[in-house]
Amino acid sequence: MSADSTAAELVSVQGIKVHFPIRRGVVLDRTVGYVYAVDGVDLTVRRGETYGLVGESGCGKSTLGRAVLRLTEPTAGRVVFDGTDLSALKGEQLRSMRRRMQMVFQDPMSSLDPRQSVESILVEGLRAHGLDKSRESTAKRLRELLSAVGLPTTSLRKYPHEFSGGQRQRIGIARALSVEPDLIIADEPVSALDVSVQAQVVNLLEELQEQFGLTYLVIAHDLAVVRHISDRVGVMYLGGLVEEAGSDDLYAEPLHPYTRALLSAIPVPDPRVEDQRERILLTGDLPSPANPPNGCRFHTRCPWKQDTKCSTERPELREVLPGHRVACHWAEDIRSGRIRPHEVRAELVVEDGISPDVPLVGPASVTEVLNP
Amino acid sequence: MVTPTRKKDRIDALAASSGESDAGVSLAASAWRTLRRSPVFLTGATIITLFVLISLLSPWLAPQDTAEPMLIDQVVKARNEIPPPQPGHLLGGDLQGRDFFSRLLVGSQQTLIVGVLATLIGLAGGLTLGTLAGALGGWVDTVVMRLVDVMLSLPSLLLAFSISAMFARPNQYTVIVAVAVVQIPVFARLLRGSMLAQRSSDHVLAATALGVKPGAIVFRHMLPNSLGPVIVQSTLVLATAIIDAAALSFLGLGNPDDRVPEWGQMLGDVQNVFDTHPQLAFWPAGCIIVVALGFTLMGETLREALDPKSRR
Amino acid sequence: MALLEVRDLTVVFERKGEQPFTAVDHVSFDVEPGQTVGLVGESGCGKSVTSLAVMGLLPRRGARIGGTVNYEGVNLLALSDREMRDRRGRDLGMVFQDPLSSLNPVIPIGVQVTEVLERHRDMPRKKAMVEAEDLLDKVGIPDPRRRLSEYPHQLSGGMRQRALIAIALACRPRLLIADEPTTALDVTIQAQILALLKELVQDMGTALVMITHDLGVVAGLCDEVNVLYGGRVVEKAQRHELFAQPRHPYTHGLLNSIPRLDAPRGEKLSPIRGSVADNIPWEQGCAFAPRCPNALDVCVQRTPEQEDVGGGRLLRCHNPVQPVVTEEVSV
Repeated sequence: MSADSTAAELVSVQGIKVHFPIRRGVVLDRTVGYVYAVDGVDLTVRRGETYGLVGESGCGKSTLGRAVLRLTEPTAGRVVFDGTDLSALKGEQLRSMRRRMQMVFQDPMSSLDPRQSVESILVEGLRAHGLDKSRESTAKRLRELLSAVGLPTTSLRKYPHEFSGGQRQRIGIARALSVEPDLIIADEPVSALDVSVQAQVVNLLEELQEQFGLTYLVIAHDLAVVRHISDRVGVMYLGGLVEEAGSDDLYAEPLHPYTRALLSAIPVPDPRVEDQRERILLTGDLPSPANPPNGCRFHTRCPWKQDTKCSTERPELREVLPGHRVACHWAEDIRSGRIRPHEVRAELVVEDGISPDVPLVGPASVTEVLNP
Repeated sequence: MVTPTRKKDRIDALAASSGESDAGVSLAASAWRTLRRSPVFLTGATIITLFVLISLLSPWLAPQDTAEPMLIDQVVKARNEIPPPQPGHLLGGDLQGRDFFSRLLVGSQQTLIVGVLATLIGLAGGLTLGTLAGALGGWVDTVVMRLVDVMLSLPSLLLAFSISAMFARPNQYTVIVAVAVVQIPVFARLLRGSMLAQRSSDHVLAATALGVKPGAIVFRHMLPNSLGPVIVQSTLVLATAIIDAAALSFLGLGNPDDRVPEWGQMLGDVQNVFDTHPQLAFWPAGCIIVVALGFTLMGETLREALDPKSRR
Repeated sequence: MALLEVRDLTVVFERKGEQPFTAVDHVSFDVEPGQTVGLVGESGCGKSVTSLAVMGLLPRRGARIGGTVNYEGVNLLALSDREMRDRRGRDLGMVFQDPLSSLNPVIPIGVQVTEVLERHRDMPRKKAMVEAEDLLDKVGIPDPRRRLSEYPHQLSGGMRQRALIAIALACRPRLLIADEPTTALDVTIQAQILALLKELVQDMGTALVMITHDLGVVAGLCDEVNVLYGGRVVEKAQRHELFAQPRHPYTHGLLNSIPRLDAPRGEKLSPIRGSVADNIPWEQGCAFAPRCPNALDVCVQRTPEQEDVGGGRLLRCHNPVQPVVTEEVSV
């Protein structure tokens, strides 16, 4: 790897795995299995770009985002942020590193402390990193932040519950910006908002990126939003990355069967397009991440599944076209049209002894994993 | 066609008239707004305010000396009859010929002191244990919670009784300690539960991501957001503390010096004459019930008002 | 005569000590047999309240309902609770957004389906079980016999929604009301459910009222679309006309604010400014005026009336978006 390309990389995720133990037992906790939320992901985010991570609920995209920031401890693998191996950092080192990488959450209400005024929310980060040097400079900084996210200065004395959803998300964004980060990970930043407001926040994120030279990792289930905002897109399925390409390339020529199905499933607000579209309807449900299928994770639902390899060998993510990586044994053949899709009989998803009544011990995001 | 500026001004003015003011309204403020209009809360608050006022002012309010057996001759004359109500003695006298009304008024003072102190001590202990368990987690959590479980598995009154009995010379302070210790596990468990919920909440995660120091996360985010149910619980605990303390005094584990009146003790003193003189039991028991009810009403309405789910 | 005729449906919520809140304000629409009608709008636009009012599911206390809802000529709003109970499930089926909370968690799926069959179609138990199995199969639930004895939590989100549709269809209602039936589901599962609904409308001739915030869903499914804002229908048009030529500034704004998969990248989205919190009451003018790029003085002085602008389109706007002549021929 040349020195040039290393400098262009801001984040390098190497073989990240996050496995949540499933514990049982009243007196003695026994680990009876694992939820393979993220199971070996490699990706890089370049300085100044927006990397979009899409996938359906339960694919592990949120857990991956948290693992990158070490808000969830990865089981294996490492994250290198601007040349520093985050997994080697401890306590205070990690805490001061957090100034450079921030997060925007999905639910702007629950991610803001209801007891804090906007001022207190915005000052907190400054204080944590010793950036509140004087009263005047802090006050000036707060005004800058509010104007950057398009909120009136009168907002400072108000509390989160007094704002609309879109405004709350602006507060969340201002909080992330307050410490002048290099990277912002936005986990479903618009999905909790009304459609007409989503565009405001998407545009705001784009403007802020230009203004402050930010790097984004945007995690979302809405491929249309992700494609709009991202330079490159990675598609996740059941804990792994199945395809990664430039945003336009991915849409123009999706190579992985799952990406094809996903793209074809997204409704387009245009009846002329809708009437002529051919949908690839996937049969059945997402298998449980506690009991992922052998071989290719997608083979149980794949219309292009072949008799060899698919159910036995887990495909590596490999570069099929320049800058276009796919984890499919048959990507070239599907691309050339040599392999045609066929009908798939829906397989029963066996719950494998994990029922929702048994609470799992682990981070909150496990619920996302278990409730597809 | 109109000029865009005029149109915009008009619209902004209209929008502003329907919107809220610029001043921030905190959660506590909006809860207070709801409470102010709740008749149940106001009833509870009135009872408690009266109770506190009476107990503070009772030395001056009481018409007679509570220790002086000024009506003893009436008791002796009538052979175990109690002195009836008479001028200067609104409720008559007790078995020792002391003014019953004055003793009832002054008794509120001891009841308040015992209730409040026991609750505060219990709260302090519970907060410490709950914060430790909730913030640190891991083995600290396990040890603390097992201890709490053991304490909770015993009937609270029995536990309080055993604790008071351990003291060589029971008095009102041992009552306070006994009642307080019994409340610790309740608070600890409650606080630990809500701390754990806070620990996995998005805003705590957000603070972590922001790089806020762990101590600040516990004391600025987790603890304040967990206190709501604990504060509500403490008003409810005040009610049970008063009842428990009364029960201990009733059983003779309170202050041996009966010149300072206390409702539970007053109740205990007359247990042999319930059938002949029910009024001697009726008044202190009634006072305990009303005060406990007042705290309960206040606690329940507070709980509702502070519940974020009930707010719109 | 239309199967369902909703005329001037108005729902006002009243709470003691608070201003009455008009959630639905003179909403009218028709549903013909076999037709799919969409009610589209964002949170708070009154679309869900409309469906609950039609189904007679609003609480009697606290909600004042006006207007008429004629189903085959019978005004449902005038029926007693008991009569309405008989109609629900038999004539009118409903599918909700959250399939988990709409299913009883402690009763097996099979019983929940057969219950409806026994109650409304007087089927004996055995026959109902066979029919239930058939229904689950029809809505695409694999291994239906085994699923009958399972509980809702044992099914995935998509399967639960299918089960709910099976229950709604158990009595072959002529009208199905679906309130955000795919919002809680993943997009690949959404595609399955939408395909299923489309198939049911085509094969069984069921009329469908589709309530959604997703214009993409509407574009592929609905024959006629009602766009709601602040409790009123602001634009009503046939599907192709509406999307080819949105006339109300709100509809227009919504369509422009959605990133589209098939549009070239790099263009900025044009959001609608503000949020529903900025609305003004309809009595003072147009509720959308504070957010509207086309707003005139008159918009905050006079309430716009619903007007027929031709081509089957109804519009409630003082200053609509002017139609652009396109060279494209609509399909």
